[in-house]
Amino acid sequence: MANGEVSEKVSDIKGMAGDGVAAKVQELEERLAKLEDKNNNLTMILMSGEFDKAFAAFIIANGALAMGKEVTMFVTFWGLDAIKKPSFSTAGRGFLEKMVLWMRPKGPNKLATSKMNFAGIGPKLFRYMMKKKKVEQLHNLIEMATEFGLKIIGCQMSMDVMGLKAEDLIDGVEVGGVATMLNSSYKSNSTLFI
Amino acid sequence: MAKTELDFRGMSCPMPIMKTAMAFKKATSGDVFTIMCDDPGFEPDIKAWASETGNVLDSIEKKDKDIIATVTKK
Repeated sequence: MANGEVSEKVSDIKGMAGDGVAAKVQELEERLAKLEDKNNNLTMILMSGEFDKAFAAFIIANGALAMGKEVTMFVTFWGLDAIKKPSFSTAGRGFLEKMVLWMRPKGPNKLATSKMNFAGIGPKLFRYMMKKKKVEQLHNLIEMATEFGLKIIGCQMSMDVMGLKAEDLIDGVEVGGVATMLNSSYKSNSTLFI
Repeated sequence: MAKTELDFRGMSCPMPIMKTAMAFKKATSGDVFTIMCDDPGFEPDIKAWASETGNVLDSIEKKDKDIIATVTKK
């Protein structure tokens, strides 16, 4: 319920009863509005960088967005692989950071599968099978979700560890820490960790 | 009150629900949509989607492989 509606109701009640009752009603209405708002949010934490798990995460995100929910996805550690740009320069980073960035896949089309990876053949096989069954590709799911209003927050700490900069990630990603994630989680009626 | 036909045959989860949601976003209250889909998951999905979003599932029927749902925007 919007704040305007709440104050309207309260002024109606003020006419009928005393100020004390009205104040109590206002407090209850505001608490109720907060609870109703909670039903509209989903928080997701994507820690896994495997193709299948990232795929599941973005299917759920898209579904929730279609259901009219506000979805926040906090992406941390290996999950960051899924939201990297396909190519970016590692210039100006330390030796170890460069090594890590060089060894990790860049973007959704380079991810390994958690099972049956077979040194990179597995993902190609699954992508082929998914295409045959007309399942949407992972990069399209990510694009569609962000267009639909998915809020992606990159974990500042793991980005620092790996030498990742905000501009290495897909456009529109915000950067935040654990408090940002928890704040979103407390405002949601469910939180998923993938 | 506009009547629209949506053909989502050949698509698989979550596309039919995504496309439905996109169409409903642009629609006005009272608009009626006839949605055709051949993904077996669409039947429970459109029921769940309608009950969650408050849009009204007027009817759902099966014709061969196709599921045809009629939904009115709330």
